[in-house]
Amino acid sequence: MALLNITSPHTHGANRTGRLMRLVVYATIPGIVALTHFFGIGVLINVLLASLSCIAFEALVMKLRARPIMFYLRDCSALVTGVLIGVSLPPYCPWWLVISASFVAIVLAKQLYGGMGFNPFNPAMVAYVLLLISFPVQMTQWATPLPMLADGQTAPSLVAALDKIFFSIPIDGYSSATVLDVMKQNSGLTLDDLYQQQPVFVEGRWAGAGWEWVNIAFLLGGIYLLYKKVFTWHAPISMLLALVVMSALFYDSGSSNSGGSPTYHLLSGATMLGAFFIVTDPVSSAVSTRGRIVYGALIGVLIYVIRAWGTSYPDGVGFAVLLMNFAAPFIDYYTTPRTYGHKKPRRATDASTQDGGH
Amino acid sequence: MTSLIKVWELPGGIHPPEHKDQSLQLPLGRVPLPPVLVIPLNQHMGTPAQPVVQVGERVLAGQLIGAADGTFSANTHASTSGTVIAIEERAIPHPSGMNSESVVIEPDGKDEWIELTPCEDYRSLDRLTLLDKIRAAGVAGLGGAGFPTAVKLAPKSTQVIDTLILNGAECEPYITADDMLMQVRAAELVAGTLLLSHILHHPKNLLIGIEDNKPKAIAAVKAAVAGAAVTDPEAANIQVVVFPTKYPSGGAKQLTQILTGREIPSGHHSADIGVICVNVGTAVAAWRAVRFGEPLVSRVTTMVGDALATQRNVDVLLGTPISYLLTQHGFNANNASRVVMGGPMMGFTLLDLAAPVIKTTNCILAPSKQELPEPTPAQACIRCGICAEVCPASLLPQQLFWYAQAEDFDRLESHNLFDCIECGACSYVCPSTIPLVQYYRAAKGSIRLHEIEKEKSDRSRQRFEFRQERIAKEEAEKEAKRVARQKAAEEAKKKLAEKAAETAAAPVSSADPISAAAVKVSATQATPDEQKAKLERLVAAAKNTLEFQQKPLVPNKTNPVISEEQLVKQQVRIKQAELKLAEAEQKLADFITGLGTTPAAAASAAAAPIAAEPAVDMNDPVAAAIARAQAKLTMSPEDKARANLESLRGRLAKAEEKVAAAKADGSANLDALQQGAEKLQQKIAEALAELSALGIEDKPAPVAAPATEPAAPEPVSAEQSAAQAAIEKAKAKAAALANMSDDEKRAEQIQSLQTRLTKARERLAKAEAENDANIEAFRAGVTKLEEKLQELA
Repeated sequence: MALLNITSPHTHGANRTGRLMRLVVYATIPGIVALTHFFGIGVLINVLLASLSCIAFEALVMKLRARPIMFYLRDCSALVTGVLIGVSLPPYCPWWLVISASFVAIVLAKQLYGGMGFNPFNPAMVAYVLLLISFPVQMTQWATPLPMLADGQTAPSLVAALDKIFFSIPIDGYSSATVLDVMKQNSGLTLDDLYQQQPVFVEGRWAGAGWEWVNIAFLLGGIYLLYKKVFTWHAPISMLLALVVMSALFYDSGSSNSGGSPTYHLLSGATMLGAFFIVTDPVSSAVSTRGRIVYGALIGVLIYVIRAWGTSYPDGVGFAVLLMNFAAPFIDYYTTPRTYGHKKPRRATDASTQDGGH
Repeated sequence: MTSLIKVWELPGGIHPPEHKDQSLQLPLGRVPLPPVLVIPLNQHMGTPAQPVVQVGERVLAGQLIGAADGTFSANTHASTSGTVIAIEERAIPHPSGMNSESVVIEPDGKDEWIELTPCEDYRSLDRLTLLDKIRAAGVAGLGGAGFPTAVKLAPKSTQVIDTLILNGAECEPYITADDMLMQVRAAELVAGTLLLSHILHHPKNLLIGIEDNKPKAIAAVKAAVAGAAVTDPEAANIQVVVFPTKYPSGGAKQLTQILTGREIPSGHHSADIGVICVNVGTAVAAWRAVRFGEPLVSRVTTMVGDALATQRNVDVLLGTPISYLLTQHGFNANNASRVVMGGPMMGFTLLDLAAPVIKTTNCILAPSKQELPEPTPAQACIRCGICAEVCPASLLPQQLFWYAQAEDFDRLESHNLFDCIECGACSYVCPSTIPLVQYYRAAKGSIRLHEIEKEKSDRSRQRFEFRQERIAKEEAEKEAKRVARQKAAEEAKKKLAEKAAETAAAPVSSADPISAAAVKVSATQATPDEQKAKLERLVAAAKNTLEFQQKPLVPNKTNPVISEEQLVKQQVRIKQAELKLAEAEQKLADFITGLGTTPAAAASAAAAPIAAEPAVDMNDPVAAAIARAQAKLTMSPEDKARANLESLRGRLAKAEEKVAAAKADGSANLDALQQGAEKLQQKIAEALAELSALGIEDKPAPVAAPATEPAAPEPVSAEQSAAQAAIEKAKAKAAALANMSDDEKRAEQIQSLQTRLTKARERLAKAEAENDANIEAFRAGVTKLEEKLQELA
């Protein structure tokens, strides 16, 4: 019998990276269902296209790097990136937009930095933001949500959707301004008036037609992940809290200067998707629990700042996350935990031999 | 008794499957005597014990076979009676798989014990006697570390102990040795607790901490405490604290935190915060050592794992080979993935199953391949942070991993690597199955090595600096002596010269090189008396050196221990000194015997220069100088001129080569070199002129301006070439100027300009007088120089 010198611990928990990633994919299902319900088949096509192209790019790079392809594909991280790109891009957007997003995310934002675990920025958000800046028109044409469609009109059929995506055959009246656009372009109307006049609010219950349900669906997925202990509550909850605090502070009792109510901010745009699927990306976030609280809160603040006072982009999740990805090492430096037997946390660069040494 | 003590929360921690039932189905067992017992001399933490028995000696059970070497060590005893058949290196259970000196005993099956000295009432003895008894019995921590118990129970006088913790947590999966021990020896545990309390001056809190997954043990201990409280009021003080099961609550630091809320400061002992933590098995062993005088020769060990047919706890003699134990429990080697000493979280793989059970062997885990499969390949760290959540020391394992990979030792230190207790919780939860603890162990090892090396290099640097200083001092002294000697020599020379002038005033003329050379040589040679004195001094110095080297080496601060190497070196130095002395003495003897012959020879050589020529001893400087001078004298003027010309040509060729090289390199010395070449040409011209004056034509025409120097015109006239030289000189100066400060530069420039101006004026005047063709050029040069000078001034 060959006795291997295996060092302790000899046993291992059941947790695997692939399992975590698969759980994340499962948790997006309610969100994808809601999106498909309100915006039609285009969402599914996006998700499928993005997932396949992400996996393909990942496999390609692994082949180029002469690494075992299946070993790396099995961690499912490319699939997660693909799904997140799929739900972030507007449905019925041109196919090349999705493919280039996948390319940017997997090849540029992830593999060029060394692959899994080494990317300083969230790949899906890098792709989203890069395309948003490069192709603002295509990236901001969101389909009209189901409740706002005229009587008798339905979401585009599969054929129409494929025609639109692959051959740029236009669909009549398929796009309309999102809630965030409406809020951003509002000047002069109080929130009450806005809610009464704008169809996107009239058709909705709290924060605009369709979008509020999409956010609630993503929230459900997030709660599932929390329950499964895929991540801790620290980053997402502190981000949502910060967003609530900011919107409450600048609510201005619903005047025309108001940036919108906390409910509105929580349930519009990519808030819940960001909180539970983007901010919680461990690779690009801060590492300690305290650090993650700070990291999440700063993202929440930035989202509000960009939404309320930014000039050109209606939603700020992508920008806010990328900016805080930048700041994560800095946050880490100031949020090291206090180690057992130490009086206070030690700075990450303090190399002095403390407390008697060893 | 049981009280409402607050149980604190352990940060982090994990809940791995416990696997404790399988080894608790059978009662505490025993195994038959093995054919051979291998008792290592370092079963504990600290210095190995020294063997005190001989091969072939018969030993009794409980007989001392290895005596503790110093305080931080532990006695080792024979586990049964038998014959010592070997004292040699044998495999011991150690993570490194190393061997260690062991006493091998062949049991005789009689199990005859030495006479034990029981003690009915330990309270009548003083504490030091009790500690001696525990030390004599070789009790060391049975929980896993093997810390000598007598050392632990003797805290410093500054450490006031208010809490005694009996560690019955046993948080590792699979292990049930302490559980079983508490079930069957609860009364002894309580008695042991009271004994330790007595030794530690009755601390306020007596806590027996047990995880809540051991209900039988808890019940047994509680019953025992209640029983003891009837007769002993102090036993009522003992609190059995039950706390939630969570790995690694059994670590001494963690248990202290759970039971007291206090943290042991980093780099300190628990006694510093008034806590002593002892494993329950150790307390029982200490009790038996005092009560019955019984040395530690056996322990309870868990035999567990699916590769065993029988899984249970056994009371096993120390020294029993593990392979024997495994065989006794139906070990299926084909299905075993490995054999581990200790639990699955912190145990280590046994590399040699012949290794014996020692004091710290709390468990032998023989898992099947399905039970503990080989580790899966590690994936990339995704920084999920689950490791940080479970770390009981609140470290950031993923950062430590990152820096350990990068071997960034400073960052590892600042992330408190050395507070890691290697519990393995981080590796256990890692979704990428990274062997984190392995990285930390390796990093700790490298850092320790690094520090040792740094210390070493610091020490050698100090030594080196000290040596440099010493050498410098010696050099300075030597230099001072040399200067003094030189002065003395000069004075002697002067005197000698005066003498020589007196004695040989008439025959010595400056035109006669032979006699001049003779004088020169004899002037540098000391008088015989002086020479003798010098040699005598040399002998004395050599003697001194020898005496100094023969002095025995004395240890000092920088060099506390005299090594073998140093002794050898000293021997070598003594030999050298002896040789030197012999040489010096030989020289002196030679000198004394040969005194008178050398000067006489020199004198005769000087008196008869030409006749003595063939007999000239070339080793004699006087004679050599004379020969050289004679050779010169005998040369005809023609030959001389020719030789001169030849040598000049040779030099010119060399100079031209140098010029070419300098040009190729763009060297700053180019101008100077060119000038040199030109000068040589001039000399050659002169030599040729001399030759022609002697009436001889030299065939090769004088070399014109070197081909490698296109800028230089042909030396038309002496003036022109001289002017060229001056220009070159100015260029060289300009190059040198670059290194000077501005003010210096200016002053220098002004001065040089002035000298140049005067020279140029002279030239001009000369040219005017001779009506030179270049008169205009000279004039222009003068005006230019004047302008420049004005500019600067």
